Parts: sequence; structure tokens; C-alpha cells
Amino acid sequence: MIRFAMRHDFGGTRLDMAFDAPDRGTTVLFGPSGSGKSSVVAAMAGLFHADDVVMRIGDATLADTSQGVAVPAERRRIGLVFQDARLFPHMSVSTNLRYGARRAPKAGSGDFDAIVTLLGIETLLDRRPHTLSGGERQRVAIGRALLSQPRLLLMDEPLSGLDAARKAEILPYLAQLGPVLALPMIYVTHAMDELVRLADDVVLLEAGRVVASGPLPELAGRGDLPLAGRDDAGAILLLDVAAHDRDAYLTRLQGQGLSLLVPLLASRAGPVRVRIPAREVILATAMPQGISVHNRLAGRVRAVVEDGARHTAMVEVMVGSAVVLARVTLDAVRRLGLAPGNDVLALVKSTSIDVIAGLP
Amino acid sequence: MSPLSNEEWSVVRLTLLVAVRAVLFGLPLGVILALILARARFPGRAVLDTLVHLPLVLPPVVVGWLLLLIFGVRGPVGALLLSWFGIRLVFTQEGAALACAVMSFPLMVRAIRLSIEAIDPGLEQAARSLGAGALDRFCTITLPLALPGVVVGALVAFAACLGEFGAVITFAANIPGQTQTLPLAIYAALQTPGGEAVAARLSMVSLTLAVAGLLAAEWLGRRLRARLGR
Repeated sequence: MIRFAMRHDFGGTRLDMAFDAPDRGTTVLFGPSGSGKSSVVAAMAGLFHADDVVMRIGDATLADTSQGVAVPAERRRIGLVFQDARLFPHMSVSTNLRYGARRAPKAGSGDFDAIVTLLGIETLLDRRPHTLSGGERQRVAIGRALLSQPRLLLMDEPLSGLDAARKAEILPYLAQLGPVLALPMIYVTHAMDELVRLADDVVLLEAGRVVASGPLPELAGRGDLPLAGRDDAGAILLLDVAAHDRDAYLTRLQGQGLSLLVPLLASRAGPVRVRIPAREVILATAMPQGISVHNRLAGRVRAVVEDGARHTAMVEVMVGSAVVLARVTLDAVRRLGLAPGNDVLALVKSTSIDVIAGLP
Repeated sequence: MSPLSNEEWSVVRLTLLVAVRAVLFGLPLGVILALILARARFPGRAVLDTLVHLPLVLPPVVVGWLLLLIFGVRGPVGALLLSWFGIRLVFTQEGAALACAVMSFPLMVRAIRLSIEAIDPGLEQAARSLGAGALDRFCTITLPLALPGVVVGALVAFAACLGEFGAVITFAANIPGQTQTLPLAIYAALQTPGGEAVAARLSMVSLTLAVAGLLAAEWLGRRLRARLGR
């Protein structure tokens, strides 16, 4: 368990937050700019001294102002990846990679090749940092942090300086780090695609405080959180590939007490992560006839959250153990008489379901 | 046939020796002061900054005289050096080197400081997160990245030392074979009837050395920066 709390007064704007993160998997700190994400990273790493801060990883207390504990940054063993790669310009890629490894408590020489291969940077080892592309630089920076044998990997918007193509190049590497390395990661971003792709757990930040925290599917299924206020809001489900129907060109996904049909994913097996955009979901009180929709999920309304600015409502529908979010007009809520406890059908076009690549 | 007489050659040798000693003596201190001025924030910083730059704006004779007051055999530091180590700086070659070092110090510190200020502090933070302590960071990140400035600073200071006159003649006097560097020898030649030819030859040497020093500084600085990809 990683335990963090901080309080700081930035001459007017106050920052006061506390959260726990599991010591496995990726926890994403998600929030708009100005929500205090970077201050959290700096305080965790020991590069910023807040008025009051507590930072624990397992049994190790790295900072606790009330007890006068503040382990210096160079002895925290927290791997840091910044928005800019910050590679040392006077060293080769290989020397950069070994910089942290040489200063790590025990020499893990066997890791070097494995991590270099994992990040696909084998061919870059003799190059100088200024000859690398932005995406390559960031991969080297991640490798350098991993090789320092950290007990926590902290990434502060590592992809926000890259264009969409470079971002798409790195995301798969990041997505596999979690499952491959038994290393907790805390990942800071304001980009929805990174959150959806990488997060196991989420800490939602806004204006210097924690709005909510918990597993991604749980928070994504809540209509009352800032996540639901976004145009790209939608439920996230963790399912398994159950069967491929090669004649109908469909794949059946199953889990959380429901099953979904999506266009054929012939090459996929095992766990998948899917996102159902809220504005693509249709609610019905009776089974419609002669309709193309494959997925007609029988559920029960858990909550109806009105969105005054949009004149719409976010309806949380419990289907099995999962929640499906549907954005409907206030008029639809009135016509169907949608209220918590009502039985309802959620209609989801199989083509509107995002199957997120590369991760369960 | 050599264009210079034996005496003239020895003046050139002495000048180079004094300049080398002045730079070697000044460099470590210059790096430390440049680092402090570039990075540290403390109350007396402006005073220290002014003190370092003082030789640039004071008349060199005044600097020489101040050195006499401090490092003279009855001065606070000079007396200690003499009684503890038996070192006497006034009217010696070491004294000439000290005078040159002090006079060229602002130029050296300025070049080093600028190159330290140009280093992204984020790199040092990255090194910190990778487990490098303060001295480790200085040796592996800050100093190598500031190297172009250190080399340029050393070479510019060296070139300036070759031409230092006022402070040397005041503090170390004009003793042939001891403290008589190029500018002092040129001055002495001009005071001697019929010495214009000697003065002209030594002036040519002086000009050549100065130009070579500046060109070397420029060339080396550019090469080192290119290695860093800047």
C-alpha cells in the first residue's frame, strides 16, 4: 500500500489531499491542469517540500512532517519519468540507462537486456540523446528509471509533449509495463485515452483536492463525478473473450454478469477492457422489434444525475455487477419515467463499443 | 636564426609560466564561485558578486596595491604565509601569478557561470531521482555540462594574464627573469634608448599569443558544445 497525504499553501491556493494507492498495478492521477498533479509528484519524489506531507511505501516511511522524517530524493528509490525526457546530453543512451543502475543498492545486471528489449530500444544504445526522436527519448527515460530498481515508478505526463503518432507508439510499451514488472506505478495525466488505457485505479483531482478514488470501472460508472461531465464519458467494463462466431463475424465478450457482442476480434483471447460511450447508449422500457442493435442489456436504474448545462441526464444502469452509463435528454427521462429502481433495457450497438487494445 | 634573442625567449617562457600558474590556481576557485553565484541564493550574494567583479572595474594599480596590503610581508595574509610556510609572494614569480590570477578572475568566473546557468536544472533533478547525491551530481552532470564554459573561461583568463601589467608591476615589481612578463619587458624596452626594436618584436609575440588564445577558446568552446548537441 502506498499512502500519501499533503497540505500546502501556495500563497492563496491551498492544496489539501490524501489518497492510498495499491502496491500493484497502475494508479492514474487524473485531473485538469492546475489541479495539483505536478505538486503531488514533486512531493512524492522528495523534490518539493510541502508544508505537511506523509509518504509511505509499504513499511517504509519516506516522509512524515509530524515525525520530522524527510528522506532525501536521492535515497527514496522512486523512479521518475518527466514530461521532457531529461536524458543527460553528454552521455550515450547506454550510459544514460546505466546511470541509475550503478547507483542502485544491488547490481541487477540481468535486468538490463530484459528492460531494453521490453522497451524496444536495443538499437539505440550507442546513440546520443539529441539524435533520438521524442518517442525514443521517452522510452529511454522510462528504461533509465526502471533500471534504477525503484520501488515505485512515478510518471508525470510522460506523453503530453508528444504528437498523436508518437503517443500511439509508446502507449503499448507503457501498457505492458504494469503486467510484466511487479512494480507499482503512479501515472499523472489529463488525457482521457491514457486514463482508459492504463489505469487500474484512479485518483480524481480537482482544484487541489481529491474528488474520488477507486478502481477505474467503478469511477467510470458514476454519473456524479467530473468524468461523467465530459463529452467522451462512458462506462468501462473488464470482460473476457468468450467465443468467436466466424460465420456472423462477431465476438462474444463475457464477464461481470453480462455478455456483449462486438465485431469479430479474431486474434484476441483472454481478458479485454471495453468502453461504452454514454452518448451511444439507448434506454428502452420495452423490448423493441426489428432493430439492428445486438446488445440489449436488461438492467436496473441505479441513479439519474441531471446535467443542467447540457440539459441532459446521466443514467447509471446496473447490468449484472457492472454499471452502464447512458446520456439521455431530460425529456427522455420524463417520458420513460426513469428513476432509481426502475427496470430498463440498455441498447448498445456492437459497433459503438471501444475494445481497448493491449490491456485486460 | 631565431627571431628572438635568448633574453627575449626567456621573457616569453616566463610569461607563459606565470599565466599557466595563474589559471591553474584560479580555476578551482573560479568553478566553485561560479557555481555559488549561479545556483545559491543567500543574503550576501550581491556583495560576493561585486567582489568577484571588482578587478574588472578597479584600476589595476589599485588591485596591485590592495594585494600588497593583504599579501605583503606585513599584511594579514602575507605575514601568516611567511611565518607558517616561509612563502613570500611580493616581488616573486608566484606573486606575479597571483596578481594575474586576481585580475583575470572575473572573466573566468563569468564564462563558467554563464555555462552553469545554461544547464537545465531538471537534469540535476533527474540525476537526484536516480540516486545521485550532491557531489555525485556535480561531478557527473553539472561539471561535464559546464565544461565548455570552464575551458573557454580558462583560455580567456590565460590570454588576459599574458597582458596583465598594472597589478603585476605594483605587486611583483619589474625584475628581469623573475617577474618581468611580456608587457613589463615591452615597457622596460621602451624606457631604454634604442629599445624600440625589442619592444616591437615582443609586441608581435604578445599579439600572436593573444590572438591564438582567443581563437583556441572560440574553437574549443564550439567543439565541446557540439558534442553536447547544442
